[in-house]
Amino acid sequence: MMGRPTPRRASYDGVVACAPVTIPYRRYSTNSAHWWIGRALGELTRGAGLKPKDIDGLAVASFTLGPDTAIGLTQHLGLSPRWLDHVPMGGASGVVALRRAARAVQAGDADVVACVAADTNHVDSFRRTLSGFSRFAQDAVLPYGAGGPNASFALITRNYMNAYGATREDFGRLCVAQRDNALGFPHALMKRKLTLDAYLSARPIADPIHLFDCVMPCAGAEAFLVCRDDTAASLGLAGVRVLSTIERHNAYPEDPIQIRGGWAMDMDDLWAMAGVRPEAVDFVETYDDYPVISMMQLEDLGFCRKGEAPEFVRSHSLTNDGSFPHNTSGGQLSVGQAGAAGGFLGLVEALRQLTGTALGRQVKDARIGLVSGFGMINYDRGLASGAAVLAGAA
Amino acid sequence: MTRTVSRPPRKDPLRKTREPVLPPATRSRAAHGITAAAAEGRFALQVCADCAAVLYPPRDACPSCLSVRLPFREADPCGTLLAETIVRASTEVYFRERLPWRIGTVRLDAGPVVVAHLHGDAREGGRVRLAQQLDRSGAAVMVALPGPDAPPMAEDPQLREMTCDPRFRRVLVTDGRTAVGQAMAAALSDAGAAIVFVGLSDPWKPFPGEAALRAVARVELVPLDVTDTWSVDRLAGQIGARIDIVVNTAEHIRAGGIAGRSGLTVAREEMDVRYFGLIRLAQAFGPVLRARGADGLNSAAAFVNLLSVHALMSWPAYGAHSAAEAACLSAAQCLRAELRAGGVKVVNVFFGPLETEWFEAVPPPKVAPSALARAVVDALSTGVEDVFVGDVADDIRARLAVNPKALERELGDQAAGA
Repeated sequence: MMGRPTPRRASYDGVVACAPVTIPYRRYSTNSAHWWIGRALGELTRGAGLKPKDIDGLAVASFTLGPDTAIGLTQHLGLSPRWLDHVPMGGASGVVALRRAARAVQAGDADVVACVAADTNHVDSFRRTLSGFSRFAQDAVLPYGAGGPNASFALITRNYMNAYGATREDFGRLCVAQRDNALGFPHALMKRKLTLDAYLSARPIADPIHLFDCVMPCAGAEAFLVCRDDTAASLGLAGVRVLSTIERHNAYPEDPIQIRGGWAMDMDDLWAMAGVRPEAVDFVETYDDYPVISMMQLEDLGFCRKGEAPEFVRSHSLTNDGSFPHNTSGGQLSVGQAGAAGGFLGLVEALRQLTGTALGRQVKDARIGLVSGFGMINYDRGLASGAAVLAGAA
Repeated sequence: MTRTVSRPPRKDPLRKTREPVLPPATRSRAAHGITAAAAEGRFALQVCADCAAVLYPPRDACPSCLSVRLPFREADPCGTLLAETIVRASTEVYFRERLPWRIGTVRLDAGPVVVAHLHGDAREGGRVRLAQQLDRSGAAVMVALPGPDAPPMAEDPQLREMTCDPRFRRVLVTDGRTAVGQAMAAALSDAGAAIVFVGLSDPWKPFPGEAALRAVARVELVPLDVTDTWSVDRLAGQIGARIDIVVNTAEHIRAGGIAGRSGLTVAREEMDVRYFGLIRLAQAFGPVLRARGADGLNSAAAFVNLLSVHALMSWPAYGAHSAAEAACLSAAQCLRAELRAGGVKVVNVFFGPLETEWFEAVPPPKVAPSALARAVVDALSTGVEDVFVGDVADDIRARLAVNPKALERELGDQAAGA
């Protein structure tokens, strides 16, 4: 315990993630979260050549599954897993599900874990999700007007701009590049090119947040499998190795406004365990519910120094054919935010890029990718952060 | 201030009256510690009894030491506005109707970070003082004011929502025959009420102070007898849709206890004037007040009850009176819940013995009718809903908070002449 040196963390050797699945998003859906999860698991098992009973581990993330959780789903879907996890961590749920599933498989507690995230979006479900989101939000945020994270991120963005001189153009560069990436991605809800002028002249939502800084709530599902590499090979599935992962919650509570995320606490551990440096990464999938938080991830995960992300996005091209491919499917800003599936989007896209099966534009020679997650604006800041360094077949 | 309120134009009768919609009203039980402070115009935060950490948002365990002893205490409301935003889109109907809306992040000198509504003069990077206010839902919110010399909240278009300011509003004072009713009419007129209707039973009967009352600007005398259902209903039918604030000044104060009196005549009169009078007024004026809770700058805003502080604990020297007042307090709590849906406040003003003929033999300190009237205007313009007026009221409230049983005994001893 205290005083003892931290033992070196065990590697994830022998475990792979595979079989990326995306159920095309819809702005609104009359179907339930159960329906979206069922579709995703159906496609996952059919695509992998498995029967549903072969799934002996299940990790689920969803905001709109209520009153059910993962356990109710087992009966609903006719599964009898021997390992079950409900991951209520929104934007961090993909990385968290991956690292938990990987350890379960490594330890032999499960052989084939299906990780699935899905949410529906009825006409009024976004507002309802917000109004029941958390106790601190209920007591100290909802009565203050915005009804959701827009105002919280407006304050975070404003403070970041004041601290580091970031401009709306800097955020715009990020959003415009992601839209370019999205134009090749068939499932993106945003189909039209975004110009910097259009970004800058969009209507304000909560100053300095404008329309194209915000994600569009929608319905959708994302899923993938975690299993041993020999299992994947026997199924003929291309596997992606997990070089390292980190996870942190409620980091830096002493910061009066969020100006860094938990990644900064664990960044050294992430790269040390991965055995590579940030320069070795071929593409990055950040969690992008607002561009300011992508900027923080670039800093807090070591791609540039703190406060230098504005300069970083000015000096790099962020498209899939650019010097720093970023959010290669378009991210949530262009694909849409299907609730907790937003926390899986980058991970599922990374699995495709690393197995050469991109639905959109393939990043050339993509061997190593970084996926980052962020979630749960409980009061004034996001609490959960996580990241994973992934590698394609050696 | 960049924007201030100004007198609203006459209402276009063809336009739809805006329906009252409330801001999000749900709070945790712990958060109602702030509601309790805001109801009285105090500023309180949880202060850990074990490590003295000052906490916000309200919690059930201390994030510094995990103590569960987290009482609300008066706290330093000063801090710095770190960042601000103008909300221009909202999923909440209440705010959609009132956009744009400014909020900001305040770091209190005492430690916690607070997301707060902003006064028009609060500036990013500047010093602010937080106030806890009841919003239209009746639950507490934090408001950042630019400093001790801030212009009144009621002058700020965004924050006026959290007050019941009489300026530009139309008020009914239910009984102008009493000294308190007359002082109330004058104070409300001085506070800028658009019109002050003052009720009079048997208007042909002369009464002391009549000439002065008639001379008060914007006062209009109307026939009203709160013991007569027909009279109350008729007045509500005539002017109910124009009334924004009701101040019930009907009083019936007689010395005497329960066992010491003979018969029910006085007790019936007390109940008829005070308790049934309140019910008649609530039934006649309550529904339309509730329906007009969002009817523009001069929306319906408040129903004010003047209650003896002995509604909270019997004073046997005035024991039957205390009982009638207690009945009124209970009815007022019910009415508060009923009018909440319209965003209309029920303001309970607890007073100690008044400087009037009915408390003649009671030694000082006593409350002058003009002081009671000023306290009501202050309560309306600051937006509180529970007010204690006078030294006796403050004394009873303080003793009640410490040991209600001691108070019960001591008030009884007083009556027995011990």
